[in-house]
Amino acid sequence: MKATRQLYRAALLAGLFVLAVVLAAATLMWVTEADGSGGGWSAAGRIFVLLLLTLAGAGGAYLVIAGCYTRYVNGPLRMAEDLAAVTTHSGLRLPEPATPELRALGQAANQLLAARDALERDVAERVREARASLEEERSRLAALMADLSQSVVVCNLDGRVLLYNQRAKQELSAGPDGSNGELLGLGRSIYTVFDRALIEHALERLQSASRDADGEAGVDRKKLLGSAQFVTATRAGRLLRAHMSPVLGSDGQPGAQVGDLSVTGFVLVLDDVTSTNERHARRDALIQSLIEGGRGPLGSLRAAAEMLSDFSDMPAQQRDRFLGVIRDEASVLSTQFETAAAAFSNDLRERWLLEEILGAELVEVAARRIAERGNAGQHKLAVKSEQIDEGLWLRVDSFGLLQALSYLALRLQDEYEVREVRLSLQRSGHLAQLDLYWTGTFLNNEAAMIWLQDPMNIGGESSPLSVVDVIERCNGEIWFQRERVSHRAFFRTMLPAAEAPKDLPRAIVSAAEGERPEFYDFDIFHWSGGSHELDDRPLAELSYTVFDTETTGLEPSAGDEIIQIGATRIVNRRLLRHECFDQLVDPKRPLSQQSVKVHGITREVLTGQPVIATVLPTFHAFCADTVLVGHNAAFDMRFLQMKERQSGVCFAQPVLDTLLLSAVLQPNQNTHRLEAIAERLGVSVFGRHTALGDAMVTGEVFLKMLPLLAEMGITTLRQAREASQRTYHARLKY
Amino acid sequence: MSKKILIADDEQNIVISIEFLLRREGFEVLVAGDGEEALAKVRAEKPDLVLLDVMMPKMNGFDVCQALRADPELSATRILMLTAKGRDTEVSKGLGLGADGYMTKPFSTKELLAEVRKLLET
Repeated sequence: MKATRQLYRAALLAGLFVLAVVLAAATLMWVTEADGSGGGWSAAGRIFVLLLLTLAGAGGAYLVIAGCYTRYVNGPLRMAEDLAAVTTHSGLRLPEPATPELRALGQAANQLLAARDALERDVAERVREARASLEEERSRLAALMADLSQSVVVCNLDGRVLLYNQRAKQELSAGPDGSNGELLGLGRSIYTVFDRALIEHALERLQSASRDADGEAGVDRKKLLGSAQFVTATRAGRLLRAHMSPVLGSDGQPGAQVGDLSVTGFVLVLDDVTSTNERHARRDALIQSLIEGGRGPLGSLRAAAEMLSDFSDMPAQQRDRFLGVIRDEASVLSTQFETAAAAFSNDLRERWLLEEILGAELVEVAARRIAERGNAGQHKLAVKSEQIDEGLWLRVDSFGLLQALSYLALRLQDEYEVREVRLSLQRSGHLAQLDLYWTGTFLNNEAAMIWLQDPMNIGGESSPLSVVDVIERCNGEIWFQRERVSHRAFFRTMLPAAEAPKDLPRAIVSAAEGERPEFYDFDIFHWSGGSHELDDRPLAELSYTVFDTETTGLEPSAGDEIIQIGATRIVNRRLLRHECFDQLVDPKRPLSQQSVKVHGITREVLTGQPVIATVLPTFHAFCADTVLVGHNAAFDMRFLQMKERQSGVCFAQPVLDTLLLSAVLQPNQNTHRLEAIAERLGVSVFGRHTALGDAMVTGEVFLKMLPLLAEMGITTLRQAREASQRTYHARLKY
Repeated sequence: MSKKILIADDEQNIVISIEFLLRREGFEVLVAGDGEEALAKVRAEKPDLVLLDVMMPKMNGFDVCQALRADPELSATRILMLTAKGRDTEVSKGLGLGADGYMTKPFSTKELLAEVRKLLET
């Protein structure tokens, strides 16, 4: 543009110059004429010649200037455009410029481009190498994890699952009836599988174990990480021994501080100890029955035999009585042996793994827990610990024991308004004596006995076990006692003291270790957790359950029922094809012909499938902590809501509807059928009209929608819901 | 005057021997077959010593022991617990609840006699 203006200016100047020359020539001619020396030119002839000269001059000037423009102005401009084009892609070069002036510039530019391309290739190569080595490491670890006979689960501190192996999935996902409830999944909460209090207790122990290790000299601080163990039962009734170790974060990552180290999550390694434990328990019980069951008869036998030999002068009648005792007891003992041998093959009561714990640590945690819970009530409850034997180790079920102590203390507070309890722990021979005592308030023996035998209930959380059960499990005894003189009363627990464990296994795990590709997603480490309202969370960060149902017909209120539920999950903008829910449901009613045409599911296939009341709780667990996504979700939600009373679960999660979102994105389209949207968004459709197939397509469609919504400024759940609502109302008005 | 001893045990076969032994040694012997009967007989007869089995019907030995120790009138009654379990924690519970001695079955009758004499002398 600018160049053109310059050209005009140059042309104008040239014109003026030519005009000036011509005018000068004309003036010369007129002057010559006035001299009277005219050479026979008529006035008109002169003017004609002048005009010709002027035109020729102007034309010549234009040609010269146009040439210059092409060469000096247009050339560089074209070069700039060429340069802009070739810089966008690597490997392109500037065409040879026409003029020698630009040739040097072109060469310099091409050299720069070549250097840049080399650099790009280099970077790409480095990235590829790094990715390849990461992939290699990952597949090596994946192979390793797949071969493990143990289950491995890695979670962040909120309990969100970042990684698990196939084994963990098999073991932890199974529901109580052996059905696959898909409870374990990326981004899901581990607390759907394990009791929250249990994990928190283990985490607490982990941190205090790490702190203890902090004091040791001459060890690398980085390796000073404790680990914790516990035993728990899965929903399927298997007994698992869990080994928990911390995951360290890199600098600047948020996490819990233990000394200098920042813990961002934990690794659970789980062993199924059901069979081992059963075997041990059976053997123990057998030995126990032989020992304890044998004592009585042996006692009688021995006493009778000693009487017979010590008092040989006894009358015959008395002698016969003793011989009778010996006959009796010998036969009792024989029967006992037979029973014990038979019992070997029978299952006996569960035996729980006891772990070594430093007694002082247990008391400290107990005191803290009692105080925390106690202070929630109306009257404060002070907890003091005194006379603590610092070096005393116990071998107990520490979780159960803590529950027992808390339960007793809180019940004292609630029912007897006790304001202060004390804990003491002392060695008594090879036993440990753990006392929970208080002064003043009266509690009678009968009440105390009932407390010890009632199932425990702490702040609304009830346990199937009583205090006595827990203490027995720890091979201990507990009783209530009063000291008249000091006006003190106490629950005294005698427990076997344990040896200090020699070498606790310590593990150090970096965030990049251990995974099987489809089973990990470490980005979840950075999630901020459940503290925020879902509404204000970015859409891209949320977890979704995309679902679809097939039904007997279109009228839930007229008795139509769900016959199939299919669902999959989206975590971190990934559709998890391996974590699916796919379940047929027996509707207990006939199918309409039209519906069979749509889904192709026949009555025969459904007979014997579970009913909706048992499927929905499992599906509810599958959806836990996620936003529901469906196409025309209102339809499916109506079916789910009709069953709330019957199934006892309520689907209160936020719901997004791809139909409404499509209307938000493309308000001018005639149809928002799933196929049509899929086609518009470039999602290939297959397996339609199975619930899972439709759910998958819906999921893909939803993922494609996310960036489009973001372009419209819809980035949070709240915005998406509000926009949906607006179109919903708009559609209603038609 | 001979000392009075109550044997509280539901196991008839051991009672036969202990009763025979103690009578031969010149003690006056009473027998109770369960916890409640034992408690009633102690209150009625005020024996000098109770041989108390832990595992008894109706009321176990620990509860009987606790009830006896809660009664100031019976503070002179000595209690020797007999058990067929013999776990350390159980022994310490019995002693904690106020028993004077503890014997685990099977025991030698000589040792039992020695223990009985020791408890009655002090």
